[in-house]
Amino acid sequence: MQFGIFSVGDVTPDPTTGRTPSEAERIQAMVAIALKTEEVGLDVFATGEHHNPPFVPSSPTTMLGYIAARTERLILSTATTLITTNDPVKIAEDYAMLQHLAGGRLDLMLGRGNMGPVYPWFGQDIRNGIPLAYENYVLLHRLWREDVVDWEGKFRTPLVGFTSTPRPLDGVPPFVWHGSIRSPEIAEQAAYYGDGFFHNNIFWPAEHVRRIVALYRRRFEHHGHGPADQAIVGLGGQTFMRKNSQDAVREFRPYFDHAPVYGGGPTLEEYMEQTPLTVGSPQQVIDRTLAFREVVGDYQRQLFLVDHAGLPLHSVLEQLDMLGELVVPVLRREFATNRPPNVPEAPLHPRVLAAHAAQAAATVNA
Amino acid sequence: MSATASRSLVVVSAGLSQPSSTRLLADRLSAAVDRHLRGAGIEPQIEVVELRDQAKDLVNNLLAGFPSPHLRAALDAVLAADGLIAVTPIFSASYSGLFKLFFDLVERDGFAGKPVLIAATGGTARHSLALEHALRPLFAYLNAAVVATAVYAATEDWGRSGVAAEDSLVERIDRAALELSVAMSVRGSAARKDPFGDPVPFDQLLQSS
Repeated sequence: MQFGIFSVGDVTPDPTTGRTPSEAERIQAMVAIALKTEEVGLDVFATGEHHNPPFVPSSPTTMLGYIAARTERLILSTATTLITTNDPVKIAEDYAMLQHLAGGRLDLMLGRGNMGPVYPWFGQDIRNGIPLAYENYVLLHRLWREDVVDWEGKFRTPLVGFTSTPRPLDGVPPFVWHGSIRSPEIAEQAAYYGDGFFHNNIFWPAEHVRRIVALYRRRFEHHGHGPADQAIVGLGGQTFMRKNSQDAVREFRPYFDHAPVYGGGPTLEEYMEQTPLTVGSPQQVIDRTLAFREVVGDYQRQLFLVDHAGLPLHSVLEQLDMLGELVVPVLRREFATNRPPNVPEAPLHPRVLAAHAAQAAATVNA
Repeated sequence: MSATASRSLVVVSAGLSQPSSTRLLADRLSAAVDRHLRGAGIEPQIEVVELRDQAKDLVNNLLAGFPSPHLRAALDAVLAADGLIAVTPIFSASYSGLFKLFFDLVERDGFAGKPVLIAATGGTARHSLALEHALRPLFAYLNAAVVATAVYAATEDWGRSGVAAEDSLVERIDRAALELSVAMSVRGSAARKDPFGDPVPFDQLLQSS
C-alpha cells in the first residue's frame, strides 16, 4: 500500500499571524514538502493543478520534473490533472516527458476541475465537463498506446498521422487514476478502462464514499478487468496531529475557522464527526485511517492533505515527521494484516518495480 | 384501488415562530389531503419537515457542500415522497430565504412529475400572487406537477367563517387537497432512481457525449 501527500497549492493567509506567503515562498514550500515526503519514508507526492489565484500550481509537470531531479524513490502524481481544459495531446507529451525524466516514477490523476471560468479561459464550456473528460481521455489513452494516431472528435482539431513524443518510457503508459467526488459517470469511466479510482474523501460523508467506490468496484468487474476486490482504489484524507489531541484541536481551530473551504459552516467538531477530517493524536489518525478500509475495502493508495488553510511550512513539516515516524509505519503493518493475498498493490512502472525489488533484496542481504 | 394502497406525503413548512400560521396552514392542508386519500381507500404516511429545525444545517450545507445526517434525512424524505405540500411565509414579495435554501438543495431529478401543493401565508392578501410568480416557477423548474389550486392564507382569512363558503380559506384548502390527493392516487408510488445503482454503461455515455 502506498502513502503520500497531496497538495492543493493554495496561498492562504496564516490566520494566527495575518501573514500571507508570497507565491515564491509557497512554490518553494511545496517543493520542500515533496522532498520531506520522501525523506520521512512516504511513497507519493501529488500536486493540484489550478489556473486562478490563490493557487500556485498551474504547471504541474514543471514542478514535478524539478522534484523528480531531487528525489530517488518518490512517486510523482497529480491531484488532479484537468482532462477537461488541457489539450489531451499536451498532456500526453508533458507527462510522457516527465515519466522519462523521473525514470518511471510517475502516475497521474485526472479530474474535471471545479472552477467554472477556467473552462472559458481555456476555450471550453463547463456544460461539456463530462463529455470533455470522456473524449479527451479516449484520445490521451490512444496517444500513449498507438504510435501513429488518426483522430477526429468534437472538441479539438483533428489529427492525421500524429505521433505523440516521447513515446512512454519502455512502452508503458503512465498509470491513470480518475478522481471524482460525486459523479457516478467518472467511476464508470475508471471502471471501463480498468484504471484507478480516487476519492478525495475530504468534503464528503463516508456513506457517499462507500457508495461511489462500490459502484466503481462493481463496474470494474463488469467490464472484465478482474474481481471487484482487485480494482485500484485511492483515498484522500485530512489530518492535523499533535502528541496530545487537545493541543492539536487548539492549534488547528483558527486554521479551520478561517479556511476558505471550511470557515463559517459546520464547526470543527461537526466536520470531524461528519467527514474523515481528523484533528488529534497520531493514534487517532491511525484509528480513523484504518477504518477507511471498512468503507471502501482493501485499497492501494492513501494520500493526506496537510498543507492548506494557511498552515506555516514548519508545522506542515512537523506533520510529515509524525506521519513518517508514528503513523505510516503502523498503517503499513496494520493494513498488511488480513489483507487478502489477491488484492494487488497500486500499479508501478516496471523500472520502479524492479528498483523496489532490488532495494528490498539489498535490505534482506544487508 | 386496493384497500392496502399507501402513499407517502411530506409536508415542508418554513414557518419561523412556534406556533406559526404557516405551520397551521400546513397542518390544515395535510389533514385535508389525509381525509381525501383515506376516502379513496389509500393509507397516507405523513411526515412533516420543519425548516426552522434545519436552519443551521441548511447554511452549513451551503458552505460545506454536503448535508448533515439530519438534513440528509429530510431531503431524502422529500425526494422519496409520493406527494409534497410546501408552505412558506411570503417575505419581500417571494418565498422566505429559508424555504429557498431547502429547495436549492433538493436534487432536481428526484422531482420529475411529483405532485406538489404550494401554499403561503402573509399579513395581507395583497401578496397572494407570490404563489404564482415565485413558488409555481420554482417547482416548475424542478419539473414537479404543481396542482392548479395554490392556497394563500392572509391573517384576515383565519377570522372568517369555518364553513366552506365559496372561495373561503376552508374551501380553497379542501379544493387544493382534493387535487393533490387525486394526483397522488393516479400517479402511484414513486421509486427513486439510485445514482450509484446501475449506471448508464460507458459505451452509451460515450456515444451520447
